[in-house]
Amino acid sequence: MREVAVIGSGVTKFGELWDKSLAGLVAEAGISAIMDAGIDGTDIDAMYIGGMSAGRFVGQEHLGSLAAEVSGLSELHISSTRVEAACASGGLALHSGYLAVASGAYDMVVVGGAEKMTDVVGKEATNILASAADREWEAFLGVTFPGLYALMARYHMHKYGTTSEQLAKVAVKNHYNGSFNPKAQYNRKITVEDVLNSTMVADPLHLLDCSPITDGAAAVVITSLDKAKEYAEEPIKILASAQASDSISLAGRSRLDALPATTAAASKAYRQAGLEPSGIDFAEVHDCFTIAEIMAIEDLGFVNKGEGGKAMDEGLTELDGKLPINTSGGLKSKGHPVGATGIAQIHELILQLKGKADKRQIEKAEVGMAHNIGGSGGTAVIHIMEAI
Amino acid sequence: MEKAGIVGYGGYVPKYRIKADEIARVWGKNGKSVSAGLGVYEKSVPGIDEDTATISVEAARRAVYSSGIDPKEIGAVYVGSESHPYAVKPTATIVGEAIGATPDMTAADYEFACKAGTAAIQTCMGLVISDMVKYGLAIGTDVSQAAPGDALEYAASAGGAAYIIGKDNMIAVINETVSYTTDTPDFWRREGEPYPGHGERFTGEPAYFRHVISSTKKLMNKMGTESPDYTYAVFHQPNGKFPMRAAKRLGFSKEQMEEGLLSPIIGNTYSGSTPLGLSAILDVAQPGDRILVTSYGSGAGSDSFDITVTDKIENYPRNNIRKMIEDKVYLDYAFYMKHRGEFK
Repeated sequence: MREVAVIGSGVTKFGELWDKSLAGLVAEAGISAIMDAGIDGTDIDAMYIGGMSAGRFVGQEHLGSLAAEVSGLSELHISSTRVEAACASGGLALHSGYLAVASGAYDMVVVGGAEKMTDVVGKEATNILASAADREWEAFLGVTFPGLYALMARYHMHKYGTTSEQLAKVAVKNHYNGSFNPKAQYNRKITVEDVLNSTMVADPLHLLDCSPITDGAAAVVITSLDKAKEYAEEPIKILASAQASDSISLAGRSRLDALPATTAAASKAYRQAGLEPSGIDFAEVHDCFTIAEIMAIEDLGFVNKGEGGKAMDEGLTELDGKLPINTSGGLKSKGHPVGATGIAQIHELILQLKGKADKRQIEKAEVGMAHNIGGSGGTAVIHIMEAI
Repeated sequence: MEKAGIVGYGGYVPKYRIKADEIARVWGKNGKSVSAGLGVYEKSVPGIDEDTATISVEAARRAVYSSGIDPKEIGAVYVGSESHPYAVKPTATIVGEAIGATPDMTAADYEFACKAGTAAIQTCMGLVISDMVKYGLAIGTDVSQAAPGDALEYAASAGGAAYIIGKDNMIAVINETVSYTTDTPDFWRREGEPYPGHGERFTGEPAYFRHVISSTKKLMNKMGTESPDYTYAVFHQPNGKFPMRAAKRLGFSKEQMEEGLLSPIIGNTYSGSTPLGLSAILDVAQPGDRILVTSYGSGAGSDSFDITVTDKIENYPRNNIRKMIEDKVYLDYAFYMKHRGEFK
């Protein structure tokens, strides 16, 4: 297997982009990544694009071909593949592209992710997102994603004494970080009181414990590490790219206070990278709900199981903390265009690793991790990246 | 060009109210946070026998009596509403007959979501300035629909206001009017559907704010005015928050806005909203006061008016709309549903 590196990345603005179409977002992100990498269209061997449910959000399937056309590459007839794993579609697209380059099948690959979610009303978006859960045994019975994560939050609170205030602190921190990210959907800072006073969505999750509905796209250009050096002064090496699966339904899980897929993917990723959790300087984790970030930092081995809430009290994961988490603002504040999220996380790692994160730049950014989850934990994708 | 203006006006708001708290209680929401979010605390509810026709008649009668004109001199009656009692058969003929303006008049019903009333004012201005009619009667009224449990239910209310437009005895001169219109489907009701649908947050920035702000700026550019040149301003009031946010972005102060802001205490009277807000301002206005008015109708468009109050306002018998609003009877949710005719 060859070593793989990222030589360019780009994201669109995230938010309610009423005047932009899915195709326009794909083109904008793709072109910005290609320009950042300084490559030509003719250099590209293949594309992978992550998207969860464009078919239901905007009535558009066949994203591989769409991406080729809007990038102006259709006449090159390159390989172009749509990858779907719910909210982990972006991360899994990168894993697929990584395998293609590592195996030697392709040299230069563009990996993107996109979702256009605001063309439907909230009720419809909730129903579409519920297709990432078990339709027969969960969604048909009325459970929504806030409901599923609320079940996990309740159990976590019951078992470890995690509090609503600790959950709120995740949102407060991520909004603070997001206030420094011009691409983020929300740039406003919030307080613990704001979170606790916001509308209850699924007890104990308030509105401000939940990530929003977002339009956006992101893309990266990857190639072999050897080739990367020809194109980029600062290629970012992919130390690990790992995926794990689990039951799509919560009922099928071995436990409710953790996402076993995270633990499994993390253990593969740490082994690939030859690192321990202590070797990670910072991470973008999948905070679709505040409880998800607390479970993630536990499952990734950054803190002991059950101590995620306490870590919030101690400020461990703040921008100037020992282990900054979600410096981009996370899904909570940056926004969560489901198919794009996994790639947008990578974009943030690259900015930090290159020291280009501006006002949210952290001091020690040598090794970063991205943790992308599909559904309630049926898919986990983890990437570890290093500045070289 | 000769100018037309307001010769008479009258508003009407049904006396029944329901509090946002009471609606929230039924739907398992927190009334306090709903009210804080929308800036609407209670809304008007039509009486059992009230509809767009009866409310329009009430408002028109007040306008005619106060102005003292002979209703036979009204040559045009236009009623703007999205809740006309008939799909086919005009409300305007009911109003014309009730005030004694028939038969030597033209009449029609208008629909442009919440701005049909101001569109009617513009039509009357054209007819008056061109001498096709002496007076035109423009009305904006609604008994607005909202699906039970929908976010709109906290605001959708009932009320209307009528304006007699003419060239003589004007209590307020309309110096200029402009419009800003696009095809923006933010809110709609298809034929045969009982309740409107809407694009949720899409109704904000690309719809309400874009049109209200663009239309108002266009008017001020045309007039060479700045926000401090106006004594009062009134914008369409779908809730208590949107008009205040638009005002802030356009440089209008709370003081300029509060006289015309009725939505916190009566909700969104749709086609009646901007006309009623203007009537509350005219109730207290002094000669020389300048008023900026911008309506908004989903679908979407805004009409803006630059108005100067004349000396004639001093002798005009003003029916204080805020006083009428204070006289109220609260309903619980069950009676509110009965008043709305939801029990079939």
